[in-house]
Amino acid sequence: MISQLTKGERQLALVISIAVAFLGLAMAGGGFGNPLGFHGFIVLLFALGVTFLILSGYFAPEPSPERLKRYYDDPIKVGVILSLIWGVIGMFMGVWVAALLAWPEMTFDAAWASFGRLRPVHTTGVIFGFGGNALIATSFHVMQRTSRARMPDQFSPWFVLLGYNLFCLLAVSGYFIGVTQSKEYAEPEWYADIWLVVVWVTYLVLYMRTLARRQEPHIYVANWYYLAFILVVAMLHIVNNLAIPISLTAAKSYSAFSGVQDAMTQWWYGHNAVAFFLTAGFLGMMYYYLPKRAERPIFSYRLSIVSFWGITFLYMWAGSHHLHYTALPHWVQTLGMTFSVMLLVPSWASAANALLTLNGAWHKVRDDATLRFMMVAAVFYGISTFEGSFLAIRPVNSLSHYTDWTVGHVHAGALGWVALITFGAIYTLAPILWKRQRMYSPALVEVHFWLALAGTLVYVFAMWNSGIIQGLMWRTYNESGTLAYSFVESVEAMHPYYIARTAGGLLFLAGIVVGFYNILMTIRRAPSLEASAAKQDEPVTSGAAPSPVSAGE
Amino acid sequence: MSVGERDPHSGHMTTGHDWNGIKELNRPVPKIIWLFLAATVIFSVVYWILMPAWPLGVTYTHGLLGIDQRDSLEAQLEEGAQQQSAWADQIREASLATIQEDPQLMETVRKTGATLFGDNCAVCHGTEGNGGPGYPNLSDQAWLWGGAPEEVQETLRVGINAEHPETRIGQMMAFGENRMLGRDEIRDVVTYVQSLFNPDAVADRPEEALANGEEIFAANCVSCHAEDGSGMTEVGAPNLTDDFWIYGGDRQSLYDTIFYGRQGVMPHWEGRLSPLERKVLALYVVDMSNREE
Ligand code: HEC
Ligand code: HEC
Ligand code: HEM
Repeated sequence: MISQLTKGERQLALVISIAVAFLGLAMAGGGFGNPLGFHGFIVLLFALGVTFLILSGYFAPEPSPERLKRYYDDPIKVGVILSLIWGVIGMFMGVWVAALLAWPEMTFDAAWASFGRLRPVHTTGVIFGFGGNALIATSFHVMQRTSRARMPDQFSPWFVLLGYNLFCLLAVSGYFIGVTQSKEYAEPEWYADIWLVVVWVTYLVLYMRTLARRQEPHIYVANWYYLAFILVVAMLHIVNNLAIPISLTAAKSYSAFSGVQDAMTQWWYGHNAVAFFLTAGFLGMMYYYLPKRAERPIFSYRLSIVSFWGITFLYMWAGSHHLHYTALPHWVQTLGMTFSVMLLVPSWASAANALLTLNGAWHKVRDDATLRFMMVAAVFYGISTFEGSFLAIRPVNSLSHYTDWTVGHVHAGALGWVALITFGAIYTLAPILWKRQRMYSPALVEVHFWLALAGTLVYVFAMWNSGIIQGLMWRTYNESGTLAYSFVESVEAMHPYYIARTAGGLLFLAGIVVGFYNILMTIRRAPSLEASAAKQDEPVTSGAAPSPVSAGE
Repeated sequence: MSVGERDPHSGHMTTGHDWNGIKELNRPVPKIIWLFLAATVIFSVVYWILMPAWPLGVTYTHGLLGIDQRDSLEAQLEEGAQQQSAWADQIREASLATIQEDPQLMETVRKTGATLFGDNCAVCHGTEGNGGPGYPNLSDQAWLWGGAPEEVQETLRVGINAEHPETRIGQMMAFGENRMLGRDEIRDVVTYVQSLFNPDAVADRPEEALANGEEIFAANCVSCHAEDGSGMTEVGAPNLTDDFWIYGGDRQSLYDTIFYGRQGVMPHWEGRLSPLERKVLALYVVDMSNREE
């Protein structure tokens, strides 16, 4: 991998990783005795690891200029593997926290294994680790293919990928020792946040530079979604994480916002993280891999435009539906609710555009589990956006809020949409990346599909039941006008559903483990593509007018 | 220049773009989408007109219906209080003894009390009030501070070793740690205490240990636990001659109690629960202990 970098890129990589190592050393020294110091050691070790990797290939000969005629896929391969590793860890953590809610003694009297610490390990592991790596990897693939251009350099994609994973590592390791800003999905402390800004800006610049080199007159819709994802996440991340550290050598900061403004900023962030991380990014994925696998044209180009701008504009207003019936002024809640209702239209338009694209390819959906993954994902996208708009309506929310219904809704989206579309995309992508004729075992893809679908259904139905029962128990009065149930009674009533949810989670986890195995075996064993077929996946394939390859310097 | 082609399956033209094999059909947005969008927009606009909705500098549009969540909340609380007033006023005014004799009111106490107890007390005393190590059983007949409803009500108001200025203070001193008694003396007094509630358990202990223990008890303990060890509710000292134990009646637990002392903390509820709620709970607790028999 290092041998593919030019001498200049190797030098740059070496300088940067040594600089990061020094940064880690400074953190470790300055923050000694503070969690920041511990994180300094992690940064130091990570940077030293990368430095040794670079040195190990430093004196290899310069790569052949031939490479510039092809796409640059090495970081994508690593991104896919990292995504799966995080996926297995994050979902294992999900099963653990699910089990904790059924059997609280599974915390084993250890502070690091308490619910409050493991839960963000799960959410960060799956959203940022699994989802984020999948987005970065697929976006690198999609932007090159749909622009018919190689990435402009070979250093930035590595910086983005490895830098991002360093961020995830700092986040997750911090939770175990109690480092958190206590903002959901924005738990990492100030230094990790600053690091992510650097990484993210590099990502944005890389994406735009690649697009600028495109040889297609138009920018494909998948790229709009990926760009919206990158741009808006940068904005959300910076605003919500504005904070003043108590000292430059301590892993603790105070938010720049307070009171209800803090809550509103947090949920403006939180909801748009769902919108632009877990929705826009994955819609980008869907818009490329689904038509590609189905070999069908997109149902309607105009519908893509309408739903893109609808989603982008309307989501921004919807965050306050997370704060119904709170100290937030009533008018803000009204806006959040109404915009959430209007949001249903572009959401369903996107789902419909995806499903209607399959017209003429339904026999493939039947036979090909990979395409079926993406089809079912679009259906779950439709279900969970409908549910979301419904739950945003104030009176409905008064029943559902604070209950497991929300968690069920989240996972209809997270498992049914985000994870399934990712699996579909990865199964489409893996044979292309590793130049294989097909996946090692299509039968195992089929097994994974059914495990994932069964797991999702068990999870979601269990939470619908428990959430609605919970909500009803909390609002039932006896004839004397006082509450009929105490809180602990509602907790007892949840027990069977929590067990069911754990079982569903185990099925889902088994699915991704099978999938990971299948990917690894594809890399090692699946029959490789003939050279002529591999040639297809190169920037100039259209034959007719072989425009000069604009790649590398 | 890109040229569209006809898609054989749908009969529509493509836009003529081709991204690594992906094409798009140049099909209009289905009418139903516009209809659907119009419907949700109309719903929203009507809702904005009726409800508080848009900010206007320092104020906002209040909506034609004049609804505000704060007013709605107050109205609902008012309504709730009204619903309860039928029995609440009776309980508020009647004496504890009268309520205890009124089966209908006691029925309400049991229903309302169960939820209050579950939400406030069960974490420490258990859902059935059976207690656990360190937390007294409330469903039995053994009381630190007395089991009459008035006494329980007072315990709830001020707590035990709590932060309330009038809190009940129950101190079981650390006789070992504070070097008031040596280890052997403590072992002897443990033997004596054991003999008070279970003479069989000390049958194989030497006579002089028992006698020595009795002396130590008389010198150090009777001021709180009384001559016969039956306790004193005035100082919250438990009866040591029965089978009810907060911290355990085995030798090791007794030894630890006397060596390190004990000071259980029961939070005070004045300010957190209304007088009505505390009255209901006191009646509920007493009723629970009577039921258990
Ligand atoms: C934080 C734990 C905790 C909570 C919550 C709690 N208690 Fe207690 N309670 C105690 C402890 C500990 C004692 C014993 C204090 C001692 O050992 O001196 C006690 C003692 C009592 C006593 C005195 C028993 C006696 O023998 O005289 C009563 C009555 C009582 N609690 C009722 C309640 C009620 C009713 C509630 C709910 C409103 C409640 N407690 C909530 C910990 C708690
Ligand atoms: C100043 C009064 C006082 C004196 C003196 C005193 N105690 Fe206590 N004792 C208490 C109080 C109050 C408690 C209840 C403590 C609690 O529940 O937190 C208690 C609790 C106990 C208990 C635990 C009962 C249970 O249910 O677990 C034992 C055993 C005991 N005392 C034995 C003794 C012995 C033996 C002595 C003499 C060496 C002694 N006490 C002297 C006040 C006293
Ligand atoms: C093996 C599969 C999974 C299991 C068993 C699982 C389990 C759980 C559990 C038990 C919680 C805590 C719920 C609570 O606090 O009551 C949770 C929260 C969450 N999970 Fe998962 N999860 C899984 C997969 C995923 C995936 C793949 C994603 C996203 C891609 C995800 C995203 C989330 C989010 C966003 C939350 C927070 C929800 C909220 O705050 O309401 N989960 N999960």
